[in-house]
Amino acid sequence: MKAIIFMLLLMPAWLFSQEQIEGVILEADKENKNLVLAGANVYWLNTTVGAVTDIDGRFKIPYQLDYKKLVISFIGFQTDTITVSSAKHIKHWLKPTDNLEEVTVTSRKQATAKSYLKATNTFTVSSDELLKAACCNLAESFETNPSIDVNFADALTGTRQIKMLGLTSPYILIATENIPSIRGASQAFGLSFIPGTWVESIQITKGAGSVVNGYESIAGQINAELVKPATDDRVYVNGYGASSLRTELNTHINKKVSERWDTGLYLHGNSHQAEHDVNHDGFLDMPKYNQINVMNRWQYTNPEKGLVSFINLKFLNDEKQTGQLNFDPNTDKLTTNAWGSEIDTRRYEVSGKIGYVNPNIPYQSIGVQAAFSSHEQESYFGLNTYNITQNSLYTTAIYNSIISDSRHKIKTGLSYAYDHYDEFVNALNLDNNYERTEYAIGAFFEYNYDNLEKLNLTAGVRIDHHNLLGTFITPRFHAKYTPWEKSAFRMSFGRGKRSANIFAENQNMFATSRAFNILNSTGNIYGLDPEIAWNYGVSYLQGFNLFGRKADITLDYYKTDFTNQVVVDYENPLEVTFYNLEGKSYANSFQAELNYNAFEQFDMRLAYKYYEVKTAYKSGLLDKPLVPKHRLFANLSYETQLSENGKHWKFDTTFNWLGEQRFSSTVSNPVAYQLPEYTPTVTTLNAQVTRVFSPKFEVYFGGENITNLRQSNPVMAANDPFGANFDTTFVYGPIFGSLYYAGFRLKL
Amino acid sequence: MKKTICLIICLIGALSFAQNKNARATIEVDGVCLMCKTRIEKACFKTKGVKSAVWDVKTHELSLIYDERKTNLETIKASVLEVGHDTKDQKATDEAYASVHPCCKYRDEAVKDDHREDAD
Repeated sequence: MKAIIFMLLLMPAWLFSQEQIEGVILEADKENKNLVLAGANVYWLNTTVGAVTDIDGRFKIPYQLDYKKLVISFIGFQTDTITVSSAKHIKHWLKPTDNLEEVTVTSRKQATAKSYLKATNTFTVSSDELLKAACCNLAESFETNPSIDVNFADALTGTRQIKMLGLTSPYILIATENIPSIRGASQAFGLSFIPGTWVESIQITKGAGSVVNGYESIAGQINAELVKPATDDRVYVNGYGASSLRTELNTHINKKVSERWDTGLYLHGNSHQAEHDVNHDGFLDMPKYNQINVMNRWQYTNPEKGLVSFINLKFLNDEKQTGQLNFDPNTDKLTTNAWGSEIDTRRYEVSGKIGYVNPNIPYQSIGVQAAFSSHEQESYFGLNTYNITQNSLYTTAIYNSIISDSRHKIKTGLSYAYDHYDEFVNALNLDNNYERTEYAIGAFFEYNYDNLEKLNLTAGVRIDHHNLLGTFITPRFHAKYTPWEKSAFRMSFGRGKRSANIFAENQNMFATSRAFNILNSTGNIYGLDPEIAWNYGVSYLQGFNLFGRKADITLDYYKTDFTNQVVVDYENPLEVTFYNLEGKSYANSFQAELNYNAFEQFDMRLAYKYYEVKTAYKSGLLDKPLVPKHRLFANLSYETQLSENGKHWKFDTTFNWLGEQRFSSTVSNPVAYQLPEYTPTVTTLNAQVTRVFSPKFEVYFGGENITNLRQSNPVMAANDPFGANFDTTFVYGPIFGSLYYAGFRLKL
Repeated sequence: MKKTICLIICLIGALSFAQNKNARATIEVDGVCLMCKTRIEKACFKTKGVKSAVWDVKTHELSLIYDERKTNLETIKASVLEVGHDTKDQKATDEAYASVHPCCKYRDEAVKDDHREDAD
């Protein structure tokens, strides 16, 4: 105590005897006019020594040699910490806050962050989570996430299909940086067209999403934020090789070209040329393919004016060949010599985005986005041909502000979308060109109320005029209520409407001998009506401590009711029939998830899911084929303590158990081609180990499907591919068996 | 005692425009936790004309944007004092201070220590 009094007595003397630093704080602006900031706070980091700038933006602050970092803050401006090494005059420009990229700011500490605050049931998957599995593309980046199911679409293409709330990806709006990107022609393979290393974070919203991103989403929204040239590593290289002889290389090169411009060149190459047939059915277990993916991004940042802009150029070339081992496309294409298939895709994209935040009023901002894409797929499956070209334009303008005060936020804007589809289908029963143009102009308004305590709600509505869907209103509502600490009750409802691209979304059926039927013919899209559904959901999140460690549990229940649906009916094994829904179609899903940090650096995530997805087919109300009613999921991850030189180990393992799934009916087939009513259960285990040598270099190796589970007969009538019973759509589990891989990541 | 670290910063900063629709100011308000944050921010919004109020648990800085035609800093400060939070230059009445939740008794050293982690 004496010491303290002594110190206090000495204080004044000490204050006067030491050096003072003087400086001036200015507002950063383009012309470097000297706009001074009065009232800015200046203090030494981790001390109580501070000062405030006067009316001329000037300040004086005591200086000691052990003060190294000076913090400068002012509301509406970015807080800067500058290093001061000597008592010289300081002149510092403070940049206005720019909250345009708010959405992408995610905590590095937690790989998956659930929000206790937002009205929507949204969770963010950070890049750390993405590294838990060597996800080569977006489709594979959901493997460690229980809310999204990843299934194989068919026995040929190795394509993974994702499901949310028991509904497949056409019912999920998938956006890249808030621009709807995987839709229409790219629906089937689009997820594999976004390389995993390009993804910075993913936001997953269950249930009805925001009206800002359009009227199409029904089961949920997924948004992938890509890496930004200004913040990504200057040079990043990722190499990958698998026991299947698949190789992959990713290279990022980022460069600051001027004070305000950054650019990045991202290259992705992915190749698999080996032929595998582990089940000896004469068919390749996975296609031979080559993918080249190039992106060039330009980022403009002008904080003084509150401007941020992105310009992206993308090119993709993807070639797949699959089918029988002895198939040679040069001689056997579209013949009965051997059954084979080629799927060639070329895609060009140009997109731009500009955002302006009023530097004086940080809650006011305007954003404008525009994207153009051209997608061209040429393909054949045995004797069936399917070509599709889609040209799209998407533009939107959003204005953010508040009403009276920042508890009442509003978002409003306009959007315009244009799609031109040109398809050619030659299959049993069909030999047609389909061409259609869709355009929609819409206006939306979203209101968010946050009472700063317990209640947060978002109500949105949009009205769209669409040339084929008509003029319609899309309401969406979300609310969150926090009755006690670390809890969140949520509810939501909303409407979604979309036109089904029946061929693009069901491409897997071309690799069958089925005949194609489209019933109804009065509708505007292939003679069919648009799909309309309502989604309702409730969820409860509770964080708690278990044995002194953090845990949380989430329970949610969602219900999707289709008012109209384009039913894809596989119940006759010789046909596939599309028709408008008559009667009920719904998807109910329940999920319970537990996250527990069981001990230091060890996290576990357990989940159970129950699905009831039923549709009124012509043959009655049936469970949707190949959707398991029960699913168990577990993910364990452990990291060793970071050693002083930045070395550590990371271990991650994911377990999946799928209950039995209904096969579509095969009772009318000859006995040899009949399947049981239900599939066996499926258990898979993936694991990965990462050795971090330094923040710059790491090596990973892992295994997928370690228990080597295999579906024995994925191709029906493999011995008679041009016969009536040939079918590759009865796939419920892995075909190839276990697969091991290794790779490295280098950051400079 | 040693832990009694509280940043002594900030005065009143207002951009010197007369009758500014979006006047900005920063004042120091004492408090300890996220509950205090809610209380302080809500108190500000009680004054018509306050558009944005953000209180920082760590720095005790209350950043304001308000319409000078409708309100002024003194009124906003009064609202903050009314819910029991001291500003740099004025103390809340004992009555008002008594109304804050027991875990938010920021004048109490023990409570401050309890919240040390929250602020970090």
